Amino acid sequence: MSGGKIRQILLLTDGCSNQGEDPAAVAAFAKEKGITVNVIGILEHGSAREHGMKEVEDISMAGGGVSQVVYANQLSQTVQMVTRQAMTQTLHGVVHNELRHILGEEQEMEDLPPDKRGEVMEVVDELGENISLEVLILVDTSASMKAKLPMVQEALSDLSISLNSRTGGNHFSLFLFPGKRKEVEKVLDWTPKINSLTGTFNRLTTGGVTPTGPALKAALYHFEKRQDRRSLIEYGEEDGPFEESGF
Amino acid sequence: MERKTVHLKNQASNLTPGTKWLGKWNRNPYRIVKKLGYGATGSVYLVETRTGQAAVKIGENKMSLTSEINVLKHFSKVKGNVLGPSLWDVDDIEIGNETYPFFCMEYLKGESLLEFTKRKGVEWAPILMVQLLGDLDRLHREGWIFGDLKPENLIVTGPPARVRWFDVGGTTKIGRSIKEYTEFYDRGYWGLGDRKAEPSYDLFSTAMIFIQTAYRERFNKPSGNENSLDYLSRRISNMYPLSPYKKILLYALKGKYTGAQWMKKDVMAAIEARSYKRSNTKKITRSAHPVKKKARSGSNLRKNNRNKENSSYRVEIILTASFLFLSSILYFMGQWM
Ligand SMILES: Nc1ncnc2c1ncn2[C@@H]1O[C@H](COP(=O)(O)OP(=O)(O)OP(=O)(O)O)[C@@H](O)[C@H]1O
Ligand SMILES: [Mg+2]
Repeated sequence: MSGGKIRQILLLTDGCSNQGEDPAAVAAFAKEKGITVNVIGILEHGSAREHGMKEVEDISMAGGGVSQVVYANQLSQTVQMVTRQAMTQTLHGVVHNELRHILGEEQEMEDLPPDKRGEVMEVVDELGENISLEVLILVDTSASMKAKLPMVQEALSDLSISLNSRTGGNHFSLFLFPGKRKEVEKVLDWTPKINSLTGTFNRLTTGGVTPTGPALKAALYHFEKRQDRRSLIEYGEEDGPFEESGF
Repeated sequence: MERKTVHLKNQASNLTPGTKWLGKWNRNPYRIVKKLGYGATGSVYLVETRTGQAAVKIGENKMSLTSEINVLKHFSKVKGNVLGPSLWDVDDIEIGNETYPFFCMEYLKGESLLEFTKRKGVEWAPILMVQLLGDLDRLHREGWIFGDLKPENLIVTGPPARVRWFDVGGTTKIGRSIKEYTEFYDRGYWGLGDRKAEPSYDLFSTAMIFIQTAYRERFNKPSGNENSLDYLSRRISNMYPLSPYKKILLYALKGKYTGAQWMKKDVMAAIEARSYKRSNTKKITRSAHPVKKKARSGSNLRKNNRNKENSSYRVEIILTASFLFLSSILYFMGQWM
């Protein structure tokens, strides 16, 4: 959480990255910047469960987030659940830190009597309802993902329904990787609703490589750009690490 | 929320009958009689306490039951305390060197809503819906929305038959957003609304539960471009026991009822209209049956259905008559042998 906001990256992928830096390393760096990285691993029907899914867990662990491995038809519920859980987890972290300041270092949540636990939960609930949330969604569109993309799209508009039912504000941004020319492609800049996505995925040409690490890095940069416009000078406005989409 | 995650086996989820413990904070004694069930947040056991039998829910992890306990606590302050199982104790249990949260509540003995309507007949479904709508009305007046309303969270106790709910973990303050839901009962899934906690959210779920009592199974939303509402409307028409309630169900699915009491009133009127026609071969005299000024609800819509219903009523008479005829033949055959 930073400046009364929760910032998350939500990565949807079906397998192993094979280009660029280690995505877990980028995720670890994101965590340091106060951005949690949540990962949803999408399984092929009938495929071995394990294949490529260790990476899913590694990235989310490093990124201080939540991960879940599912079949494409369970995506809708999973996406909203993971986002929620991660939010609650972040808020618990914040509230616990506050409590430690008050109660002393070694005081843990579990040491609190049930009554007090309840009060903490109410505070977390209240915050979760009202805080503003920024989610950057990063979708793997490598060739193996093609058949799953309609379900990804549905899950994302479902996420929008869930989060927009909250009182607090939301901002979503959508990136795909690999992009047409660069490793990553931005298809949607910060916007309060994802409904505008309709059709985006149908027109996609899926690519062959899976540059998960570089994609995460681009996502971080996009947050940075929003956070602090001055840092743009370092990169040069025109030449970000991702391509702007023509959609 | 439908959670298909693997149920993690921890010590709290397989306590054997006879296990005894004292609560960590309040020191109340418990003894396990048997396991009643388990869900995503914990395991539920039937226990023996100082004051008799009760149900205990033990959490999977340290925080898992906190929301549910908070809600039950709010409810226990409400007069009459009918909004959920009564809450009797909140404490921690120590198993080995692990600590798990638990709470003790009223034991609801009965069978699931779907089992009940299957065993006793679908004509019970509208009656139970009326009871449920009454409870929802009270819940909403207290400022809460149930949220994850589904047959698995409803139990029919009795006799006399009375529908009750447990698992209030998804109960949400009005105006907030629904965090726990199950797709089939969720209007967001059907593209028929958002997930804001408001009375119409629960009424949508109620309508879906009603529909499910006739189908017994859930079904998926249409995959193509078919409008969900048209699809559900077709589903309702296909099931004979639902047809008298079609207008009411559609009204609820569209989110047009602003309060549970309106829907309850309409379901009651529809039940009455049906039993009235069944039990009475004389002409229905509408004037002898005072109709109150209709609220903006769907009461008046039912009239259009009258003609259709009359013809289905005739079919019923013929069926009943032939049934009586057949059973008397069987009876006489039995006498001869
Ligand atoms: N008060 C009660 N009396 C009798 N049986 C109960 C009671 N509470 C729960 N049960 C039984 O235990 C089962 C699990 O309870 P519950 O639904 O509260 O668990 P849960 O972990 O919240 O599950 P879910 O996955 O639905 O959220 C129920 O299906 C029911 O059969
Ligand atoms: Mg349940």
